[in-house]
Amino acid sequence: MDKQIKLNPFAQGVRDGIPIALGYFAVAFSLGIAARDAGLTPWQGFLASLLCTASAGEYALFTLVGAGAAYWEVALVTLITNARYFLMSCALSQRISPTMKDRHRWLVGTAVTDEIFGISIARPGPLEPKYHYGAMAVAVPAWAIGTALGILLGTILPPRVVSALSVALYGMFLAIIVPPARKEVSVALCVVLGFLLSWAAGVLPGVKTLSAGMRTICLTVGISALIALLFPRKEEQDGP
Amino acid sequence: MARNYIYIFIAFGVIYAVRVLPLTLIRKPLRSRFLRSFLYYVPYVTLAVMTFPAIVEATEKPLAGAAALLAGIGAALLGGSLITVAGTCCIVVFLLELIIK
Repeated sequence: MDKQIKLNPFAQGVRDGIPIALGYFAVAFSLGIAARDAGLTPWQGFLASLLCTASAGEYALFTLVGAGAAYWEVALVTLITNARYFLMSCALSQRISPTMKDRHRWLVGTAVTDEIFGISIARPGPLEPKYHYGAMAVAVPAWAIGTALGILLGTILPPRVVSALSVALYGMFLAIIVPPARKEVSVALCVVLGFLLSWAAGVLPGVKTLSAGMRTICLTVGISALIALLFPRKEEQDGP
Repeated sequence: MARNYIYIFIAFGVIYAVRVLPLTLIRKPLRSRFLRSFLYYVPYVTLAVMTFPAIVEATEKPLAGAAALLAGIGAALLGGSLITVAGTCCIVVFLLELIIK
């Protein structure tokens, strides 16, 4: 423990970022398979992951690219699928020390992901940008390289292996949504309604002719608004 | 090809704005209870909508995808980490697709 205390914040970030990087690498590989299906080159996948560092957001992006969607649709879907980062950044903004330089606000904002946010906000005291950068330094390259390798090797691997790896991303989504659903009825309703209505929207006549992106937007806004009306959150419950 | 880069940069622009604007502009907590609640629920709904039925359609055999969904929910309920849950789903699909002809 002594050693850990002596590490500087950046090194602590690297240390805590390593398990995240390993998880990212595996999931990014699965994301790369989706990117390959959408027709992206390994370099484009690397760039998209380096810049966006978003699992669900990039998955939605690749789906839309594959469908040849309109640019406004990509912007809107990206906004909706990444709305949670808005909330995380709001939470982080409350922890910024008044003495912190403004450039750190711009840099920390480049990689607010579920996991990096999680370890960053879990640290006691004011936000430490160097800790955040340490975690980014290992996790973000793992994410980008994993995506590129998924695109490259997705074509070489046997279909059965690709099929197995393609569910890693959904597994990660489940790891994010299921534990809070167990604790809160409102979140459980979000998940159950999300599953059921997303399935229904894909088979109902009329609705199913809408693009997948539009269905995601409409369902997300509709269900979230409904649950927010039925289960408004108390002040102390705030924060993801 | 150029279109792909435009898509990527649009996504980057939007995602960066979503992440950085609260950090740089909003220096007070959101006041609207509805808006705060809405934003809190958004990630769970989006991820749920994108997971099902997509997970069933992603695998070679739909049954394997359905089993992966159940196994993933089970592993997450048992407190599995990100990589444990994701790995469980992959292994279930791999094993089932070996058996199902």
